[in-house]
Amino acid sequence: MNEELFLPGHRACAGCGETIAVRQILSVAGENTIAVVPTGCLEVVSTSYPETAWKIPLIHVAFENAAAVASGIDCALKALGKRKGINVLAFAGDGGTFDIGLQALSGMLERGHNVKYICLDNEAYMNTGIQRSSATPYAASTTTSPLGKYSIGESRKKKPIGAICIAHDIPYVATATIAYHLDLKKKIKKALEIDGPCFMHILVPCPTGWRFPSELTIELSRLAVETGVFPLWECEGSDMSNLKITKKVAHRKPVKEYLQLQGRFAHVMRNEKLLAEIQKEVDEKCAKYGL
Amino acid sequence: MKVVVEGNHAAALAAKLCKVQVVPAYPITPSTHFPEKISEYVANGELKAEFILAESEHSALSACIGASAAGARTCTCTSSQGLALMHELLFIASGMRLPIIMPVGNRALSSPINIWCDHQDSISERDSGWLQFYCESNQEVLDFTIMAFKIAEDANVLLPAMLGLDAFVLTHTSEVVEAPEQSEVDKFLPPYKPLFTLDPKSPKTFGSFCTPEYYMEFKKKTDEAMHRTSEVIDKVFAEFKAMFGREYKKVKSYCCEDAEIIILTLGTMSGTARMAVSKLRAKGEKVGCASLTVYRPFPSKELIEVARTAKVLAVVDRNISLGFAGAVFEDVCSCFVNHSKKPLVLNYILGLGGRDVLIKDFELIVESAKKALETNKFKIPEWIGLREELI
Ligand SMILES: Cc1ncc(C[n+]2csc(CCOP(=O)(O)OP(=O)(O)O)c2C)c(N)n1
Ligand code: SF4
Repeated sequence: MNEELFLPGHRACAGCGETIAVRQILSVAGENTIAVVPTGCLEVVSTSYPETAWKIPLIHVAFENAAAVASGIDCALKALGKRKGINVLAFAGDGGTFDIGLQALSGMLERGHNVKYICLDNEAYMNTGIQRSSATPYAASTTTSPLGKYSIGESRKKKPIGAICIAHDIPYVATATIAYHLDLKKKIKKALEIDGPCFMHILVPCPTGWRFPSELTIELSRLAVETGVFPLWECEGSDMSNLKITKKVAHRKPVKEYLQLQGRFAHVMRNEKLLAEIQKEVDEKCAKYGL
Repeated sequence: MKVVVEGNHAAALAAKLCKVQVVPAYPITPSTHFPEKISEYVANGELKAEFILAESEHSALSACIGASAAGARTCTCTSSQGLALMHELLFIASGMRLPIIMPVGNRALSSPINIWCDHQDSISERDSGWLQFYCESNQEVLDFTIMAFKIAEDANVLLPAMLGLDAFVLTHTSEVVEAPEQSEVDKFLPPYKPLFTLDPKSPKTFGSFCTPEYYMEFKKKTDEAMHRTSEVIDKVFAEFKAMFGREYKKVKSYCCEDAEIIILTLGTMSGTARMAVSKLRAKGEKVGCASLTVYRPFPSKELIEVARTAKVLAVVDRNISLGFAGAVFEDVCSCFVNHSKKPLVLNYILGLGGRDVLIKDFELIVESAKKALETNKFKIPEWIGLREELI
């Protein structure tokens, strides 16, 4: 095991999936890495002045521009003749990626910068208190898509960020989650070996926002895969037909097993019609992926 | 060497002479020719730099911040809506103490949309911690761009700087400019050697989360750097004169030695104001013109000195802080407020959205200032050159 580059003492909630993912990723990337972190939980919990949890150089600029800042770093390293051997990683939340950061991400991917962009998807704006994002799953209750007399929680389906990135014709797009850490690390290693933009979509359960006991983080990230909610795949090249499932699930578990552990879906457990609807949606997605 | 260049190209030429290493940019009228020229230099191998055509001004400045933090000499340019889109990042660049240089083709802000000259865009960013210079000619654009790098990168400063270029009047108008030799600029401006960079060999966290226990001290230190910059500017002006022969001052004064009425201006309207002053002087009137080349840090000391004989300071603003008065007027008032001998400070708004600025406008201003002095009656601000029939 490499030296720890994300140090203890940070202020994340117990069981935070984001920080586990960062440790897993840095153990592969190593110390010759520059991190760009936009505004969000990760930055707030790990860079509180005068302390820092990062043993590698890190820059935080704003909420929506990690990809643009990373573009500048990529070019500066080139201009200074230092590009070789240094990884430029952007670690952004789903808000900073799917929503406000999408334009900068698209620009960076299109320009072809040698940046590995990692979206740590906890399916809402957690730093500001669990508001919905376009990554929030259907029916999840958040503080801006609350369950109510006329509301089932989030009314829209998750934005297909992976497909959007693949459509940019970049060399590598992949999903991963922390329970399958070997799969995650293998994919990071692959991305780092590529000279060009790569996009990693990593599911990171958030005990606070999803409302589950903090010891269940890994369990939930495993169930997301075993139920088919979050298939693990990778895609080299520009089209979805190159997409390869990296974790085949022999016996897909019912989605209920994943949902029932999370407070944000408590109402779904009391609503069979809604549960069936969600199950149907997952089944359709899995059929599409050949799971 | 003499060259004929428009303002945007003078800035681009200066950036090339300063050997910028990363130029992220996004086109907007009237600054568009700047990224075009830079891309041409790069395409022809005349400039060895990374040119990033970003997908927005917001990303252009974000990339500048990343590049500068990684240790590269960096510049961009913009105007109006583009500068407004950068607003959030302007504070981040100065807070991180990154010496990014940015020529701003001064243009009015929407709405209504208008591509012509006024100073509302950059003046609205006066509190963002960027040094601000205002140019009057393409020679000044070239010279101030070179000096801006040297000032901004000084270890006592480490602040970003913007240069005001009046839309079209400078950006698109060609003039003869004396361009220094590369070897001279190399001697004047050493390579950028930042104290701290994003270096894996010496990891640092840039842009930390900062609680109330620490935040104020960061701002205080940045403010102190702003104040220290005043001396650095004098030093750099002197070095520039010694090397290139051209002399600059923070406050240019014309006929101010015994002037009772002083018109205070920024940018290209200064030349027109001086012509009005010449005309009035020929009639025996004791008028003068003072123009600010440096607006941030505000040159209070120099202005008080230049205005020592003035009974009236007529501050002419090409911007308006809606609901009050011109922004420069506010600064001038603050700078005199505790001074024992203060002139009457008046405020005139003119030339917004590219409205012509004429000699007769300044004659009118002097007339109005004289009347205010006699009657002690005046309005703040007074709008000049309005089409009354439209109001
Ligand atoms: C321009 C801007 N708008 C809004 C905010 C407030 N804000 C800060 S973090 C955040 C949400 C972050 O969510 P996400 O990217 O999903 O990361 P998470 O905190 O969930 O890890 C918001 C809305 C901001 N900092 N900047
Ligand atoms: S709110 Fe969620 S994402 Fe944020 S630190 Fe806590 S567990 Fe991590």
